[in-house]
Amino acid sequence: MRIVIAKPGLDGHDRGAKVIARALRDGGHEVVYTGLRKTPEEIVRIVMDEDATALGLSTLSGAHDVLVPAVCNGLREEGLSEVVVFAGGIIPSDDHDSLHGQGVRAIFGPGARTSEILEFLEAASSRIESGQPVGIGENSGWRWG
Amino acid sequence: MGLIDSDLLNSALSGSRRDLSRILTAIEDGHRFEVGPQEPWTLGVTGPPGVGKSSLIGRLISRWVERGQRVAVLAVDPSSPNSGGALLADRMRMGAIDSGDSVFVRSLATRNHPGGLASCLSPMIGCLAACGWNRIVIETVGSGQSEIRIVAFADRVLLVDGPDRGDTVQAEKAGIMELADIIAINKSDLPNSQQAADSVRSAIGLSQDSQTPVHLVSAHDGNGVDELLEEIESCSGSQRRGRLRVRERLLSAWDSRLLGHPRINEVLDAVETGSITLDEAVEILD
Repeated sequence: MRIVIAKPGLDGHDRGAKVIARALRDGGHEVVYTGLRKTPEEIVRIVMDEDATALGLSTLSGAHDVLVPAVCNGLREEGLSEVVVFAGGIIPSDDHDSLHGQGVRAIFGPGARTSEILEFLEAASSRIESGQPVGIGENSGWRWG
Repeated sequence: MGLIDSDLLNSALSGSRRDLSRILTAIEDGHRFEVGPQEPWTLGVTGPPGVGKSSLIGRLISRWVERGQRVAVLAVDPSSPNSGGALLADRMRMGAIDSGDSVFVRSLATRNHPGGLASCLSPMIGCLAACGWNRIVIETVGSGQSEIRIVAFADRVLLVDGPDRGDTVQAEKAGIMELADIIAINKSDLPNSQQAADSVRSAIGLSQDSQTPVHLVSAHDGNGVDELLEEIESCSGSQRRGRLRVRERLLSAWDSRLLGHPRINEVLDAVETGSITLDEAVEILD
């Protein structure tokens, strides 16, 4: 799978994103890492240029409720409805429902095992293969976990 | 593998970035792409890891965009031979490339498919050119024969090196220096960069092709980048290097055909178990 791992907004902490990028590579995926401080518009463009199947957003700044929906809307507006979006970092559980409502299919917090993220991607991949909705613009209540 | 859908193609040709991107994926997956003859403008950039190739390309992109050019970059990184995965992080070092419509960057993993990436580079370049990208840059790490073959698909080749590396001779060994039309010694903001440039110049001076220009540049502060850009723009490439490049392209096309041969696995098995010799294997695959 081609996966973009992105750091939206003003957040200088990328250890987590790099660990995830590395783990996904070792899991056999092609991972494009964007680097720090990307705007939602930039992230949407990267996903488009790279023709990525999935996008992982890493945020530890507390701005996830603004940045993640901005990326999700941007993807839908650009016709990238089939992209699978997941998030990670410091995202309080109170905010999970609203992000899932945006179409985010999985949220991984501190302590999540990289093997679990790989399992999620495998599940997403089999949904894509069997034609079940899983993309950001595909109406579905499906979520991981 | 079939021909790429003509609706998708027309949409990309009329400016859909999304569909251009989809076509590049289809080409990578082995689909064919047919469009009228193109004369793409291509630059191959190679050099050892960590010398600042991506950062320097970022600087060049900014200059090109200021001049109204549309720049596409194919950034090639190796796939892991163990997992088959790849970590593609060149674009994060290219500066402000993600902010404008005039820059398109696609990261490519070498994968382990027959013939490597080389077999899909020409169609990808043709597709980008047909879609109006008039500066096409191919970036690879210069540390092996397959990478050299990749830059040989460009019509001009820039070799980037840096100070304190001490393995200029390695670059010569790998044959990259012979293919390079221009050499840039990056990190001129660091000590010893002048020394590195001098040593490269003296190494070139010993060969028959002493005309290769050597530029001292800094992707960090931008020094020397304008001069390098002028050199790249005025570069037409020597006939001798042109032949070398064609040779590399032919070899990769040959590899690609060989590895795609219907009996390749059968022949590999037979050679492995010793039931036929290498010469007999070549006869079968001929």
